[in-house]
Amino acid sequence: MNVFKDAGHLFRLAAVFVAGLVIFLVIRGFLVPKSFGQLGHYRANAVAEIAARPIKFAGHESCEGCHADVLDKKKNGKHAGVNCEACHGPQAQHVDDPTSVKPAKLDTAVLCARCHEANAAKPRNFPQVDTEEHSTGLPCDTCHQPHSPVIVAEGGK
Amino acid sequence: MNITRRHLLLLLPAAGVAWKYVLAGTPEAAPNYKLSEHWWGMLIDLPKCIGCGNCVRACQAENDVPDGYFRTWVERYHVSDYDIENPQVDSPDGGKKGFPPAKDGKGKNFFVPKLCNHCAESPCTQVCPVGATFVSQDGVVLVDPKYCLGCRYCVQACPYGCRFINPRTNTAEKCTLCYHRITKGLTTACCENCPTGARQLADLRNPADPIHEFLKTHSVHVLKPSMATRAKVYYNELDGSVR
Repeated sequence: MNVFKDAGHLFRLAAVFVAGLVIFLVIRGFLVPKSFGQLGHYRANAVAEIAARPIKFAGHESCEGCHADVLDKKKNGKHAGVNCEACHGPQAQHVDDPTSVKPAKLDTAVLCARCHEANAAKPRNFPQVDTEEHSTGLPCDTCHQPHSPVIVAEGGK
Repeated sequence: MNITRRHLLLLLPAAGVAWKYVLAGTPEAAPNYKLSEHWWGMLIDLPKCIGCGNCVRACQAENDVPDGYFRTWVERYHVSDYDIENPQVDSPDGGKKGFPPAKDGKGKNFFVPKLCNHCAESPCTQVCPVGATFVSQDGVVLVDPKYCLGCRYCVQACPYGCRFINPRTNTAEKCTLCYHRITKGLTTACCENCPTGARQLADLRNPADPIHEFLKTHSVHVLKPSMATRAKVYYNELDGSVR
């Protein structure tokens, strides 16, 4: 096998390539995040990191644990399907610490109009008013009970 | 056994590869949440949408979205008679503060909430040069903010215009379908705060989810089906003029 007689320089060359490969793999090992590629072509730990972000809206089940009286008022009214935080805003902090974090008082003149201000693009069967003409800027809870919106004088609580 | 220099050179790469897997460990997951048991999507029941903007405000509060940027927004369509090819669309501040009175005149007006469609074959994840965005095993398109370069390829690739570059972090951002909520058994912030139930989170891999019955019994479309993105945001009674 005379072909390999003077092959010594080839082995030295191969050693250089192997050394280069090792350096590449070591540097790559440091630069590529540890969980990259476990679930796909991305950093698998990112999924858990995104899932670990804090919540701001507690969800209506959290409210109903303490505020059963409001739930009772709501359940037969038109607003039965409207979750608490849709009007009261994000309350996760209040749920964590109900004594020191209190929800802000709401201005019904602004709040109710967000849904009930008349607009031609709203569904026809959705109750709408022109607030200027209907209440001249008075807060809606002067007459309506927001948790079960009927006119107070007509039997609302 | 004598380890010669040559043996060492052969062993080192193998050791390097092995060490990488030792360090990796297994990614943490939320307790009782199995990625493989879910396949998330959303149902938008358009006839119920009143354009109040509650979803937009809730999304901004929940996800700390900068002013002027939107992970979800509401569009108002005005389609005049005989010209459904050219609808007039407005979305002042994403619909966050509601809408001014609609134009009078002939035609129809309606609202269309928009968000990431969480496509199963998402064009945005395919173009990412570094693997910073991906479709998770439970069907949510996510961005890894620690890995994103901010190159904007994905912003251009999304056919629905659902991505933006967050000016604070200079990384791509988008709807996560409130991944931090749905993995804890809550619904998304927009669905939680929709007063009419026009938006509903759907778990397509859960046979008990009402979405299956709804899809069977209603006229449901996705946006831009011609793009073959396999979008998972289903619109009930979607008007043909909606783009």
